[in-house]
Amino acid sequence: MADQRGPVIIDAAANSRLGSVGGWARNLGLVAVAVAVMVVAWEGYKAIGQAIGGTWPGTSVDLPVSPDDLTMPHTWSILGALFEPVQRGSDETLAVFLLKAAAFTFVEAGLGFLIGGLVGLGLAVLMLRSPLLDRALVPWINISQTVPLIALAPIIVTWGRTTFLGDTVSVALIAAYLTFFPVAVNGLVGLKSPSTEKLELMRSYAAPWSKTLIALRFPAARPYLFPAFKLAATLSVVGAIVGEISAGVRGGLGRAILDYAGRYTTGPEKLYAAVLGAALLGLFVFGMANLAEQRLVNEGEEQPR
Amino acid sequence: MSGPAIVIRSVDKTFNPGTRGEVAALETVDLTVAPGEFVSLIGPSGCGKSTVLRLIADLVAPTAGEIEVFGKSAHQARLDRDYGMAFQSAGLFSWRKVARNIELPLELMGWSKADREARSAEMLAMVRLAEFGKHYPWQLSGGMQQRIAIARALSFKPRLLLMDEPFGALDEMTREHMQSELLSLVSDLGTTVVFVTHSISEATFLSDRVVVLSPRPGRIHEIIDVPLGSGRTDDAREEPAFFACSTEIRESLRAIGAAA
Repeated sequence: MADQRGPVIIDAAANSRLGSVGGWARNLGLVAVAVAVMVVAWEGYKAIGQAIGGTWPGTSVDLPVSPDDLTMPHTWSILGALFEPVQRGSDETLAVFLLKAAAFTFVEAGLGFLIGGLVGLGLAVLMLRSPLLDRALVPWINISQTVPLIALAPIIVTWGRTTFLGDTVSVALIAAYLTFFPVAVNGLVGLKSPSTEKLELMRSYAAPWSKTLIALRFPAARPYLFPAFKLAATLSVVGAIVGEISAGVRGGLGRAILDYAGRYTTGPEKLYAAVLGAALLGLFVFGMANLAEQRLVNEGEEQPR
Repeated sequence: MSGPAIVIRSVDKTFNPGTRGEVAALETVDLTVAPGEFVSLIGPSGCGKSTVLRLIADLVAPTAGEIEVFGKSAHQARLDRDYGMAFQSAGLFSWRKVARNIELPLELMGWSKADREARSAEMLAMVRLAEFGKHYPWQLSGGMQQRIAIARALSFKPRLLLMDEPFGALDEMTREHMQSELLSLVSDLGTTVVFVTHSISEATFLSDRVVVLSPRPGRIHEIIDVPLGSGRTDDAREEPAFFACSTEIRESLRAIGAAA
């Protein structure tokens, strides 16, 4: 039935499982290697690009990205900027400022993740319960994701300001708009995943629908739900940042990125630092969802490899 | 407790009636099963033997005719949890430990935790897997998983056990072992069993009566009594009566064009 309602976002079986202590050490090592490779590639491109004068050798055709320090600041300048004052004469370093901004965005993203997750689960259950609702809702759910978030964000924030909802809730709703989708789609596939025999078994016990949902369908859906939750977690950060930027909400990473983009020529390192902060926040929430998955899904269910 | 365990009266079952996908699965099936009796349903694929089981279980409804289980409608019997069920795949819930799998029906019936744990311990001992309660299903072999599935089906001590090729996926040796075990289990508990199988020797060894079904639409071709008596052991497999009866079943299947 999955192919009737578009793609399954992430194949549950393809979901890798790295839970052991050795796995952790190996993961950390892999991250270090990945960072090192990126730094070497960045600095290598700069060094070679500058040595050959910023054009393809023997031509006057520019390299795709100019290797000068304004377009591509040195990695150490970006790192260094983190420990300089955020503004001239300020006591606060850029790192501390970005950390506060990330915390601000994290609250919006977290709230958006929760709202989107609950709405997505609710929709999945409704679509499972009623084939009519299923057919009625699927087109709307798909259309919802084709509307550009950038267009929607100012509307939601404007509405939010006319009600008791603050900007934080408005931005969370924008994030939720992205996060509910994978949870609803994968959730429905997961809820439908139990075999006929298991469903018949529950029927043979005269178990009501709600008990079957709780005792069989939800646990069986977890291997499908958690990949969706991981995707939703990173999407919630994207949604919160886009929401902040397009609605002009102050205090978060979105605003910081917007500000530093405007003042790029005087300090490109700060923009890169802010983007780095956004990436790290995304990684952080992904890691949290991953940890939750390992605790709630891996627990002795399948033979460890 | 008097009166038959199951009465099937001129039951027809047609799937998707009135559509292009219409399939006549069963036609005028009549069968009465006595309390404590072990009855096997055997026949070629598509003869509707699983459908008979699902009709008794009220998992599908008959198109015509009626089914009584312990003197009530099959529907009421399901609501009263009068039967336990086991399938070819053990169907254990992978996220539940073995003991908690056995306790699943008890949970749904609202038993207290203490009662549930006492019963699952008792059932684990009964299927001789007492030390495996805290294991997860994947840590058990296929035969052990099937024993847990049987323990789960019998956990609330239903008077009727419905089994759909429960040993179909097991190797020959495990299978024979499980058959002996099942027989002593249900004769101890006095459980009535309706058992769907493909295997002639399995049907012979286990059953008091073997119902041979012919296909498309499924009808009862013949009902064969197995004269091996009660309390049979593995030795029964070597008695002349065992071979005679197996031959009779095989002849019957051959008559409907099913057995080689």
